[in-house]
Amino acid sequence: MNAAVKTDFRVPVLGTLFRFQWEPAQQAYVLLYPEGMVKLNQSAGEILALVDGQRNVTAISAALMEKFPEAGDLSGDILEFLEVAREQRWIDYR
Amino acid sequence: MSNAGSTTANALARTKTHGQPLWLLAELTYKCPLQCPYCSNPLDFAGAGEELSTEEWISVFRQAREMGAAQLGFSGGEPLVRQDLERLIAEARKLGYYTNLITSGIGLSGERIAAFREAGLDHIQVSFQASDEEVNNMLAGSKKAFQQKLKIAREVKAQGYPMVLNFVTHKHNIDQIDRIIELCVELEADYVELATCQYYGWAYENREQLLPTKAQLERAERITNEYREKLKAEGNPIRLIFVTPDYYEERPKKCMNGWGEIFLTVTPDGTALPCHSARMLPIEFPNVKDQSIDAIWNESNGFNYFRGDEWMQEPCRSCDEKEQDHGGCRCQAYMMTGDMHAADPVCGKSPDHGKILAAREAAELDTNGQPITYRNERNSKVFAESSRVFARSG
Ligand code: SF4
Ligand code: SF4
Repeated sequence: MNAAVKTDFRVPVLGTLFRFQWEPAQQAYVLLYPEGMVKLNQSAGEILALVDGQRNVTAISAALMEKFPEAGDLSGDILEFLEVAREQRWIDYR
Repeated sequence: MSNAGSTTANALARTKTHGQPLWLLAELTYKCPLQCPYCSNPLDFAGAGEELSTEEWISVFRQAREMGAAQLGFSGGEPLVRQDLERLIAEARKLGYYTNLITSGIGLSGERIAAFREAGLDHIQVSFQASDEEVNNMLAGSKKAFQQKLKIAREVKAQGYPMVLNFVTHKHNIDQIDRIIELCVELEADYVELATCQYYGWAYENREQLLPTKAQLERAERITNEYREKLKAEGNPIRLIFVTPDYYEERPKKCMNGWGEIFLTVTPDGTALPCHSARMLPIEFPNVKDQSIDAIWNESNGFNYFRGDEWMQEPCRSCDEKEQDHGGCRCQAYMMTGDMHAADPVCGKSPDHGKILAAREAAELDTNGQPITYRNERNSKVFAESSRVFARSG
């Protein structure tokens, strides 16, 4: 078994300070928190939309690559984003 | 990837030079149970008519939401006085707002906190007026008079809300910032806002007693930084936000992230303002009872007045920094120069900058022992905070 196919069983959940939603007026996903808002770019939004407290990291990657087959292997980018998101406390791991 | 406040993705069909309202502050009532002798009597507000009804508020929420508002703050006076607050929260949440309750905590019970939760309230901010007798008691070591507020703060956390604690600091308490921070840590606040008050309105009158000295500010900021590092090392996620008064800057702050760019305040009687403080200006502002939010935001004279730079005078008009600060705060310019079109005197290029320098000098004089007639300054401060929070997430 090589590293690339090893399953990442960590399950990200949304941080308790944040609410995630689609904003029609912004045409973007956003994170809302006390008196503030982060407007997410498309890829960040698509990743967080799959953070449901059920899917693990590998499942999130698989779902995204299925949705955007032309994008190639996204797993590295996804991991990188999840790391940033954890630092920002947008997500946490269960 | 986080570019909050950008309006590039504006989906509105109309092409506009200004942004869309993102932040709606609903001042539900001027009433307040505190009845401080130094607090504004609601009836004193010129032209303050009857409070908007429940249905009128809901209509305001719906219209602003359609235009893109995502944050909704319930404030006052004391918003808890409104018996329909639960209903208003529920409707706002249903519309998709992130709902913030900005309260003194006086008159709040565990049951009502739970009822708000049920209605969908997202966040509660408990404001501690640094001038409050309670805070003074706390700082003086007597926690007794302070119990109600502490109880409410604990209850807010226990019920799972994110909690922002907000302390207004000034000359007489800023030296005890370490104790304020420790209290906030003990209460498990998620965010702590330590802000010197904005010198608008009554606070302007009391400026000499309130404005900390430069040395005091630097010390407080240093202590705050030390706590930040210490708490971070301990793995404590609390965020300390320290805001210095612009009196010690050489360039002003941009008014509310731009006049009529992001913020919309609606007062108890329905008057719409680009900022809480703007009602002091000699401009006629529109009312939600007479016009739609769309017309108010896009077409009214009040909201268009300080958009663009046509209104500017020298030195702002030909200044190469005008995009950055837009000439600074209009209310500050009006208060200090009598002309709301003037450059904000905080700016080193303003011919009135000497007034700021004089205020700094006056702050060095010992005014200890003089009574402070400190009035409830919650809203304008909160608003300034919000603007900053928005800017920070950008
Ligand atoms: S002169 Fe006016 S525009 Fe220029 S920096 Fe000062 S306040 Fe800003
Ligand atoms: S107080 Fe300052 S920030 Fe608020 S409207 Fe007036 S000019 Fe703008």
